[in-house]
Amino acid sequence: MKSACANNLIMEPISIKVDHLEKHFEKVQALGDLSFEVSKGELFGVIGPDGAGKTTLFRILTSLLLASSGTATVEGLDVVKDYRKLRQILGYMPGRFSLYQDLTVEENLQFFATIFDTTITENYALIKDIYSQIEPFKTRRAGQLSGGMKQKLALSCAMIHKPVVLFLDEPTTGVDAVSRREFWDMLIHLKKSGMTIMVSTPYMDEAELCDRVALMQDGAIMQLDTPANIKASFNTPVIAVKSDSMYVLMNDLQSYPDIDTLFPFGEFLHYTAKSGAPDIEHMKTYLNNKGHANPVLMQVSPSIEDCFMRLMKHKEVRP
Amino acid sequence: MTEESIIKVEHLYKKFGDFTANEDLCFEVKKGEIFGFLGANGAGKTTAMKILCGLWKPTSGSATIAGFDVYTQTNEIKKNIGYMSQRFSLYEDLTVSENIRLYGGIYGLTIREIRQKTDELLTKLDMQQARNTLIQSLPLGWRQKLAFCVAIVHNPPVVFLDEPTGGVDPVTRRQFWNLIYEAAHLGTTIFVTTHYMDEAEYCDRVSIMVEGRIEALDSPAALKSQFQAKNMNDVFLLLARKKTAPTIS
Repeated sequence: MKSACANNLIMEPISIKVDHLEKHFEKVQALGDLSFEVSKGELFGVIGPDGAGKTTLFRILTSLLLASSGTATVEGLDVVKDYRKLRQILGYMPGRFSLYQDLTVEENLQFFATIFDTTITENYALIKDIYSQIEPFKTRRAGQLSGGMKQKLALSCAMIHKPVVLFLDEPTTGVDAVSRREFWDMLIHLKKSGMTIMVSTPYMDEAELCDRVALMQDGAIMQLDTPANIKASFNTPVIAVKSDSMYVLMNDLQSYPDIDTLFPFGEFLHYTAKSGAPDIEHMKTYLNNKGHANPVLMQVSPSIEDCFMRLMKHKEVRP
Repeated sequence: MTEESIIKVEHLYKKFGDFTANEDLCFEVKKGEIFGFLGANGAGKTTAMKILCGLWKPTSGSATIAGFDVYTQTNEIKKNIGYMSQRFSLYEDLTVSENIRLYGGIYGLTIREIRQKTDELLTKLDMQQARNTLIQSLPLGWRQKLAFCVAIVHNPPVVFLDEPTGGVDPVTRRQFWNLIYEAAHLGTTIFVTTHYMDEAEYCDRVSIMVEGRIEALDSPAALKSQFQAKNMNDVFLLLARKKTAPTIS
């Protein structure tokens, strides 16, 4: 079931096309048969924990790694055959800080501009909003910057040659909540310029800010859709529960007869019923009898994280 | 949780030249408490943690960990704490049981105790099958859960966890917090940093550091009502953002 919004996106011209892509490292399957398309101008999120295969996918799409089988194109250019042309039009910000630590802020930017046969002045307008925030520190070595500033420099460097498509691999990992928020403000601003942006993250809350997201786990895409459609496909009511002693509450609810899942979510526990029809009044009585004076129970809308965990549930892997 | 303080910090300062990394820190952490130590990147959390772990000496002020002084009793501190971080916790080219043996040996457990602990841990984590697996081939979430159990293998009064759940999948992240709850319930004091604001809600009390100082310290519920915020993420954004550079909209 697609919303009108999702259909519009799909009718846009294609920027990235992935067709039956697979990648094995010896016996380990890193990516298993991925197929999807990203429209031009879309902000597309790849959401998943460490080891889901996000970086492998990004490295294949940026022509840095060969797939075991399948094909992929970016702006019509094949990631294997046309890699030279492709590298001219894409910007790539790798997960690990990739700048030269012993060059200054300005030298790093100049270096990337020169490689792509351009100058800082020529494309200054494009990076101005982001770069101007770190420009006061342009004589500082990159290695001396704080996490948020490093990120802004890396993004500026990835964009200095005016790429058509931007690949950002975990730009917010290990970054505090404030800098994360600022970074997403920048991405949403950039998107308005028409650039196609593919971004990966282990933070589920960032999914909400994308046009569409792929939820990845163990090299597979579990679901791909708009955040709204993913949440709408969560087909059972979620009850948020809270009481004075959360540790005891957790144990008590685990032994409630009609229980499917129970996960902590901030100050609440999210509960789903095996029957699919939770009886809030019955639960309240049950908890009262267990000694919880004033338990709070209410139905809430599922978040992307609820959806992700539900999809993961039957995929538990053992080492 | 009892009223006995495991960590006591009074007017603690740490300066590097003319830069003040920690300014007048004052707080106590009780036995069995889960204490969330939050702050933006560069706020001074790592500096403070290094002092509390006995690795660095403060410039002035006082601090004791389990009764031991951070100036003069750093060896005692190291014996009485556990530590794990996201970046480094276990030796990748050793197996699961070898890592337990190594840490148990470092902390002075007998062979018999180590053997017993190994069985106990592997049963608890449901990892018996992985006893002889190299750490590098374990999924990150399993590794982090094991690292936590290894960090407290010597039953220290307090354990320091530096971003233990970064990049860990949402289900395993919650299993990790169950281990934290369980250890706290048994009396271990937990001192934890995280960038996941939902995890801040799981703490008994939370401090928020801004530019070297503790701007707020209370239970999540009290902080939310003090700042009229609906969750800890909003509290954090309100406090930590007010001093950062203006952002583009």
